[in-house]
Amino acid sequence: MADREIICIGCPMGCTLNVTVRDQQVARVRGNVCSRGAQYAKDEVLNPKRMVTSLIAVQGREEPLSVRTEKPIPKNLIFDCLREIRKAPVTLPVAIGDVIVKNVLDTQVNIIATRDLA
Amino acid sequence: MDERKETTQKPAADTPCLAPGSGRDIEAELQPPVDQVDLVVIGGGPAGLAAAVSAWDAGCRSLLIIERDDRLGGILNQCIHNGFGIFRFNEELTGPEYASRYIEEVKRRGIPYLCSTMALELTQDKRVIVVSPKIGLKQIQAGAVILAMGCRERPRGALGIPGTRCAGIMTTGTAQRLSNLEGYMPGRRIVILGSGDIGLIMARRMTFEGAQVLACLEIMPYSSGLTRNVVQCLQDFDIPLMLNHTVIDIHGKERLEGVTIAGVNPDTRAVLPETARRIDCDTLLLSVGLIPENELSRQAGVTLADSTRGPVVDQYLATEIPGIYACGNVLHVHDLVDEVSAESHRAGQAAVRWLEAEKKGLITRAVLKHHAVPVIEGKGVRGVVPQFIEIGQPDAGLDVKDKWRVGFRTDGVYKGGAVVVKADQKQILRQKKLIMTPGEMVLLDLDPAKLADDALKALTIEIEGEAEHG
Repeated sequence: MADREIICIGCPMGCTLNVTVRDQQVARVRGNVCSRGAQYAKDEVLNPKRMVTSLIAVQGREEPLSVRTEKPIPKNLIFDCLREIRKAPVTLPVAIGDVIVKNVLDTQVNIIATRDLA
Repeated sequence: MDERKETTQKPAADTPCLAPGSGRDIEAELQPPVDQVDLVVIGGGPAGLAAAVSAWDAGCRSLLIIERDDRLGGILNQCIHNGFGIFRFNEELTGPEYASRYIEEVKRRGIPYLCSTMALELTQDKRVIVVSPKIGLKQIQAGAVILAMGCRERPRGALGIPGTRCAGIMTTGTAQRLSNLEGYMPGRRIVILGSGDIGLIMARRMTFEGAQVLACLEIMPYSSGLTRNVVQCLQDFDIPLMLNHTVIDIHGKERLEGVTIAGVNPDTRAVLPETARRIDCDTLLLSVGLIPENELSRQAGVTLADSTRGPVVDQYLATEIPGIYACGNVLHVHDLVDEVSAESHRAGQAAVRWLEAEKKGLITRAVLKHHAVPVIEGKGVRGVVPQFIEIGQPDAGLDVKDKWRVGFRTDGVYKGGAVVVKADQKQILRQKKLIMTPGEMVLLDLDPAKLADDALKALTIEIEGEAEHG
């Protein structure tokens, strides 16, 4: 059994949530003023996810290519994901929405371009 | 320091005025010396794009967007993080993706635009003087003008930080452009002054791209950024957020070598010298506020409001000069681009209704019936927009069925308070709010039916409750 303190991001209230975890389940959430806080606490403690956006240097071009994960990926994979993005080969032209890395780190999530680069 | 230094123009690229893809190249159509255009939109960022799309859809076919950068999209192009469009498109996009949706709309309609073109001057009778490397100097006589120039960041000079004038000190927006559009890394060991959303976003960006962000300092007792950004841009990466702290000295000869930081008294914000300590760093990013960019508005004689530093407008986004409208961050600094788009759509529609009314000769009569009711900033309220509500001109075709949107900020953090709107002494609206903070604009939609009173003298907006931090 362990208690964790996190800040709810649902609204500017920024409630400090005290989350009790037992057997890898959220047993209790305290400090939330609304139900969104309880849901956020469960997601954030058991399976935190983040969108990742970054840049790829393109040979022969001054402007980098901006990219993002199509969907949020597990938070603990952020820096591995950034390494994968950095070494991804880019062949021009690229259109917005093109897949740059397929199924990054076996997350079932693609890395896609967020701009056109001709 | 002259704030204009912040706006230094990037030399135009080789690409012609049109951004990638199709569109309407109108250089050939523009013949010197003077052209007549019904509607000129100054600025091709989110505000200008939305205003132009709405103006077209409202029937305007003689319009032109003027953009000083080499592509449309404005600041969105360098905002490569996600979080845009949740309200407008019901999905979470990055800045360039959000911009591309609107650029596509502009191109699909064949709305003409000029990129790498700077609007140098705007006169009261709506002549716009522009310059570009391709067409040189040019004068355009507009029937109506929409001001959509956006805002810029407060620079170091506005803060009065002492110390040397070395390289490595820049605004977060400059660092964002260098990193995300031009492919340069601004530094390796970074301190950020100011905890607004741009500062927070750049703390994460610099971390992602390989720098070490040592601290984010905030002189106020609270961050003015969204909680979500405090958590996901700082806490996720163990970057300390130091509230009630500021930079009091800058060290370094050629390049920044370090800054001295110190705590401040939370009430008086006076520096506490005994808390001073040095942090070694090569880069200091400033995220200390945004100012609407109103040089052109001032030239034209548009009245500006002290509290927003943007034009004084009525609920149709009309400035006090007939036929000149304003929307987006040039009017007041918004939190979300979605709100900029919504406001700018209204400005585009209103400008076209004004043009039509003027062509029918209705405007003179409307001015005679002119009944502008001031919207007064009561207790706890700052930066209200619009500053006037126009009551008496429905026959000029300027009336809309929609509710009238009013936006403002509070002067502190209020928990469990309420917003109250009074028409003269009578309360017409009361909304309870769990929380209101200066970092989040409060938006109200007023019912025109409740305000159609010829005897109305003033609307007052005030906050009930006590501020936690003044």
